Amino acid sequence: MILLALIPILIQFLEMPVFYTEMFCRIMILALAAMSLDLILGFGGMVSFGHAVYLGIGAYTVGIFSYYGIDNGFIQFPVTLLVCAAFALVIGMMSLRTSGVYFIMITLAFAQMVYFLGISLEEFGGDDGMPAYRSTFGGLIDLYDPLSFYYFVFAMLLAVLYLCHRIIHSRFGMVLQGCKSNEARMQALGFPTYRYKLAAFIISGMICGIAGALFANWNEFVSPAAMHWTRSGDLLIMVILGGMGTLFGPVLGTVLFLLLEEYLPEWMDALLFPGAGEHWMGVLGPLLILLVLFARGGVHSLLGRLSLRHG
Amino acid sequence: MGLLLIEQAFNGLQFGVMLFLIAAGLTLVFGIMDLVNLSHGSLVMVGAYLATTLIEWTGSFILGILLALPSTFLVGVVVEIVVLRTLYERDHLDQVLATFGLILFFNELIRIVWGPASLYSGLPESISGHVEILPGVPYPAFRLLIILVGLLVALLIYFIVARTKLGMLIRAGASNREMAGALGVNIRMLFTLVFGLGASFAGLAGMMLGPLTSVEPGMGEPLLILAFVVIIIGGIGSIRGAFIAAVIVGLVDTLGRVFLPMLLRSLVAESTADTVGPALASMLIYILMAGILVFRPRGLFPARTG
Repeated sequence: MILLALIPILIQFLEMPVFYTEMFCRIMILALAAMSLDLILGFGGMVSFGHAVYLGIGAYTVGIFSYYGIDNGFIQFPVTLLVCAAFALVIGMMSLRTSGVYFIMITLAFAQMVYFLGISLEEFGGDDGMPAYRSTFGGLIDLYDPLSFYYFVFAMLLAVLYLCHRIIHSRFGMVLQGCKSNEARMQALGFPTYRYKLAAFIISGMICGIAGALFANWNEFVSPAAMHWTRSGDLLIMVILGGMGTLFGPVLGTVLFLLLEEYLPEWMDALLFPGAGEHWMGVLGPLLILLVLFARGGVHSLLGRLSLRHG
Repeated sequence: MGLLLIEQAFNGLQFGVMLFLIAAGLTLVFGIMDLVNLSHGSLVMVGAYLATTLIEWTGSFILGILLALPSTFLVGVVVEIVVLRTLYERDHLDQVLATFGLILFFNELIRIVWGPASLYSGLPESISGHVEILPGVPYPAFRLLIILVGLLVALLIYFIVARTKLGMLIRAGASNREMAGALGVNIRMLFTLVFGLGASFAGLAGMMLGPLTSVEPGMGEPLLILAFVVIIIGGIGSIRGAFIAAVIVGLVDTLGRVFLPMLLRSLVAESTADTVGPALASMLIYILMAGILVFRPRGLFPARTG
């Protein structure tokens, strides 16, 4: 975490291009989304295969406001929260009636619905998407300055980390984790598990919506591609890669996944033969399979095991 | 209007039958081995590529297909032995991830071997014409062939599962894996066989899809999601449910795309109808699935209870 805080200073110090600051901005934004997914996946045991939908809804909220000339972030962000909460309420109410594989698939179905809705919005660019201006905060923060933007995202990430930490260790979080390990027993104890899970689902959707709003700001562009189902798959991978059910795992996983995405092609070009990098997905796929087969608990637990061995 | 309805109903049926071929393998694997296989769509793609290449090699449409079927079966068997076998005991999340990795791998493999451009496979003269299904209603012969082959395969699967010894073993393995194993059934071999069968059905769907659309990397993925919708609606593990759901989804999707914009145009302003119509049509089957799941959380024909 301290490393993430120092990155822009390091980049400036080493006189590296601004590109790297921007890249780490993107990583932190997606880390926010991954954390929101981990809240319901790792702690609530709900495998949502359509979580990118809130990324898209958040992005579209900012984009549509921007389209009508309202750039004020003090309006955009609260509205994003409200819209995402509304969507998550409806999707959650219906999805949580099912469980297991049916839950995975029904969340995917809802994400597909909203994805096609995004494509049909001709007014807002349809399939191609539309440009969005960065939010203004009454002159307090200038998001067009890479450094301010970086620390704005960083502050959001810290705030959400703290929020998740508080949620997990609260009574509510305990009930949620209880639902994951044995829902029937929680019901027998008298907890209305449906309501608890729904509340967690909505909180998670809202956090992911913030990530979406930031993503629209970062990209200065909004398109349905943000909620394509492969994006939901990517989010799942980030969480698992880092280690689900941990606070920092999703952040670690996102950093690792996006750095791999960025540098695997270059490494392959250098190590194998020039042009090999084009097929980087062919290496990422098997890597993923190996990870699932042999490294349960993700990078977070690997690190934990290493430090135990030394300690 | 009436003619259009008949033609589109046939198109819907053809699409449904195609979906059934993919969903049949998926629901067997899902129901019997309790494995979520996202890479099933890749097998559709592999089948299509193999068939296109083999048809070109042999110069014969039928010979090409006949060679491509066992090849896809082999690919399925290899995938099962190398990767999937270790996944049966894992939870669904691990399976989703590992098979997601398989998708990435297969797409790149295809790109390396065949290149990123789409292939187009032609049709032999004999089935590229039209047939009059009703007096005055011409229909492409190849689409009709797909419907016939699909129905035949559906009957075959039903026969295998319900009437043969293999089917009995499959059903036994599905209802209680350990017990069947204890009674001397070679469960591992059975699973490999079932997976290979499912792979060749998916490959067959890909082969028949090839001449209708283009053969390209990632072609199986949109179909995979639809196939999942089918088996969820039909109830996981139920062949009968998969068939009925596939036909429903095929008809709803095809007819929705044609008639929904028309219907809307008569209700609201034309410009609104033209934008809302296609979107609503794409959403229709997902709405259908969500609706069914809300009222029947285990699908229309739950194969097992409890």
